[in-house]
Amino acid sequence: MNPVYQKYLLVVVLILFAAVGVKAAERRFKLPPETAELKPGPGRDAAKVSCLLCHSADYISTQPKLEKSGWIAEVQKMREKYGAPISTNQVDSLVEYLVTNYGKPAKPSP
Amino acid sequence: MNHRGHRSLQRSSRREFLGAALALGGILGGARLGLGADEVAQLPFENGERPLVAYPQKRPLLRLTTRPPQLETPFSVFNESLLTPNDAFFVRYHLTNSPPPEEKLAPETFRLRISGTVGKELSLSVADLKSQFETVEVTAVNQCSGNGRGLFQPRMPGGQSGNGMMGNARWRGVRLKDVLNRAGVGAGARQVTFNGLDSPLLPQTPDFVKALDVDQALDGEVLLAYEMNGEELPWLNGYPLRLVVPGYYGTYWIKHLNDIKVIDDVFKGFWMSTAYRIPDNPCACVPPGTKPSQTVPINRLNVRSFITSLADGAKVRVNERLRLRGFAFDGGSGIKEVVLSSDNGSTWVPMDLGEDKGKYAFREWTGSIQLPKAGAYVVKARATSHSGQTQPLDPSWNPSGYMRNVVEAVNINAA
Repeated sequence: MNPVYQKYLLVVVLILFAAVGVKAAERRFKLPPETAELKPGPGRDAAKVSCLLCHSADYISTQPKLEKSGWIAEVQKMREKYGAPISTNQVDSLVEYLVTNYGKPAKPSP
Repeated sequence: MNHRGHRSLQRSSRREFLGAALALGGILGGARLGLGADEVAQLPFENGERPLVAYPQKRPLLRLTTRPPQLETPFSVFNESLLTPNDAFFVRYHLTNSPPPEEKLAPETFRLRISGTVGKELSLSVADLKSQFETVEVTAVNQCSGNGRGLFQPRMPGGQSGNGMMGNARWRGVRLKDVLNRAGVGAGARQVTFNGLDSPLLPQTPDFVKALDVDQALDGEVLLAYEMNGEELPWLNGYPLRLVVPGYYGTYWIKHLNDIKVIDDVFKGFWMSTAYRIPDNPCACVPPGTKPSQTVPINRLNVRSFITSLADGAKVRVNERLRLRGFAFDGGSGIKEVVLSSDNGSTWVPMDLGEDKGKYAFREWTGSIQLPKAGAYVVKARATSHSGQTQPLDPSWNPSGYMRNVVEAVNINAA
């Protein structure tokens, strides 16, 4: 093989091995970045503080579309059982945001 | 064992080498390589789109949530092998600070503490466990309590998974019983609690602590496991040590286990007394949309079976022998029988059971059917355990979406 190519090959191989070392160390204990976001709309900033402190937005977006009563129950659960930082006067607007963006209308009463 | 460890090391560095080489290729070529990170899987329910994302030591899995990480095994993996590969094994965490960082898990720092109603407190490294106690191994199913929650009707909030939050692995470690006996369990002991290094962000969020009755903790079957399928536990499956409770739902299989307490009362923590409760009746079920009057902590797995060789929507040849396979499991009595129907449950034929790998393991079944004419068919497998439990033909329901075990249907077309 041409000595110049040999040198190039050596460099490429060295880069590959360096990449392996870095990748192996990085990958073992490093999580992929969090990219999920809440849907835009009125109340999103407050929802970010209330909800995304403890969990990612995909915890909300993967839920089935809940009726208003369902989102009220979820917000209450997060406040009472898990201690989410949601004050009493924030509950209504947070529920409103969740129903508008991740909910469905209530079934008409029979 | 050394030999196996060495081989697995080689395998994982080869994988990393490939990954790095591909990553480098991607940088140099500036090209999308289709490694899977951009792919999306569709689970069969509303809001069931799941990106396939590769996490450390994992192949691309269905990502349910990013923080804390929850990853579902693509169902096709279950047709690859009876043991679920470590890099495809599901991941489920509860608390914000999950998984714990490397520095808390490193061999120099990680210690398992045993305290409470014991003769003497212990603090043990994983090396201590390996060198001071008998090594044991069990093949057992770890299944999330809410496996298949997304398939319930009516739906309920919670982790929305298909049926991929389960896996079958060879767990190696030491008996909890042996370690507890070394500490000396006090006469008044009633339960043993288990806590891992994952932690909540807010002090008011309940830490994830589970409890077993002292009799079960001392039954010799519960393990402190440091290996899974011959390799050390993956980070996301509890490295360096986890509880293995054969026959019980995954909620008890505490990951990154570092704190065991023997207590002389029944544990009242949130994750036992409020969460992970099921209706206190034989089917663990209530009429859809209603609440149970009495509940108990979720416990033993119920009987389930799956067809793995046929995907929903598959197209097959008419009048040709169609080889089928899958697996069944239950909470530890073992599988007695698997029957199969290709006419939506009207008639059933017995399948052949594969080798018995232990009463807590996936039990393979195989068989064949022939579809006499062109058209749509609903194929179903149904298992019965040695304890006499059979899968229900109609789904049971409970408010938390636990313990799904209805006979699953696979829709196929013969032409």
